[in-house]
Amino acid sequence: MPQHTKSIANLPQKQVVLPFVKSVEIAVKSIKTRFFRSLVTTLSLILAISFYSYIKTNSHIITGLFASGDKPAIEKLSNQGFDIPEKGKAHTTTPKERWILFLSLLVCVVGIVNTQLMAVADRFREIGTMKCLGALDRFILRLFLIEAALQGFIGSIIGALAGSGIAILGSLIKFGTIAFKFADFNIILMSMVLAVFLGCSLSIIGVLYPAFLAARMQPIEAMRGRD
Amino acid sequence: MENTNNIVRVFQVLKDFTMGKSIVKVLKGIDLEIKAGEYVSIMGPSGSGKTTLFNMIGGLDKPSSGSVFIDEIDISQLDAYELAWLRCRKIGYIFQTFNIIQVMTALENVTLPMVFAGVSDDEARERGMELLDLVGLKKRFQHKPFELSGGQQQRVAVARALANNPAIILADEPTGNLDLSTGDEIIKLLKMLSREKGVTIISATHDLKMLNVSDRVIWISDGKIEKIENRDELSISLGQIEDK
Repeated sequence: MPQHTKSIANLPQKQVVLPFVKSVEIAVKSIKTRFFRSLVTTLSLILAISFYSYIKTNSHIITGLFASGDKPAIEKLSNQGFDIPEKGKAHTTTPKERWILFLSLLVCVVGIVNTQLMAVADRFREIGTMKCLGALDRFILRLFLIEAALQGFIGSIIGALAGSGIAILGSLIKFGTIAFKFADFNIILMSMVLAVFLGCSLSIIGVLYPAFLAARMQPIEAMRGRD
Repeated sequence: MENTNNIVRVFQVLKDFTMGKSIVKVLKGIDLEIKAGEYVSIMGPSGSGKTTLFNMIGGLDKPSSGSVFIDEIDISQLDAYELAWLRCRKIGYIFQTFNIIQVMTALENVTLPMVFAGVSDDEARERGMELLDLVGLKKRFQHKPFELSGGQQQRVAVARALANNPAIILADEPTGNLDLSTGDEIIKLLKMLSREKGVTIISATHDLKMLNVSDRVIWISDGKIEKIENRDELSISLGQIEDK
């Protein structure tokens, strides 16, 4: 520390800051300006999350139907290939469904990593310039994380609504209103909240590595990049 | 504005780059002192180490040995925070490629360094407008970079470089991507700043027009300082160039 205190003495209020509100402002601007790219990132998330929501909501509705004991509905279900669960047990998603779900989420994350890496490469100069103006590594990291969180939040809300909506509409057509008599909407709502949370997490996981690369970049490299 | 402080002092700076197995000596011992308020041009052919020296002074790169002092602070001793602070408050950068941040308006570009420096929004906005006025772009404060010409973008960059009242402005080929007359305007602007605001301006350049306004010209060749010319000596050598 003695070495440091010496230089600090010569640097009055040696702070660089980027208030959180400003970070959000810059992130929103960046998403707006690069709307198409953001859309591509978000779209893969929308698809994955809506698939997740669809499967979950469907499963809840079917649980409700089995619990109802309504003969024609149960018959219809078993005709469609659903196993009738043992008494007192909830209907669960099949291993195959879970496997497909896992794969779709994995593909989604890989897609996000890919687009975000491209985004970082595109923004080499912007990142370098910000660093020359006094930005710290963590400012850059934060900007990317906020952007990803926003994209994740918006994308997964759309995805969750779309997925659950389609599931509800589908069962309404297949079974009529009986489908909802016994379905627990609180649980469906909970699974949608979970889906949004999952979407945000996936988006942030996807951006971690690219954002880390961007933050670690030396300003001089950024200046040299693609000249 | 006579000031004998050395704002920049370069002391026996060596820089090696490792290219595969071979080591390339880019800077072979540079000693240099630049006084506050000076307008200094660094000239030299490409590959002479001009840009490397320039990056050292700007704290963008660290010397292999030797030291660079800015305001008598050895910048190779600084940690990441202090370096960021230095870049934010002490040094203003102007680049050949302008490097205006594309997603932001002219005004937002100018105020960004002030945001980093913790200046309040209102104050930053007011000062940003003043600076844009100074470079003659007050009416275009809301324009995005793609709506501005190259010369205008460079002027935004000049305004941005001035945001936190830096002691030094480092300009790397500021006229390199501009046509003759816009380049001239930028040079005049820089000269005006150095004269009226007492900002030290250090520019790396190929542009001979730059020499006319420089107080001193430092010629770099093969990693060493070949010669340092003051302006009065310079007009003679410039005359020779023009005569040829």
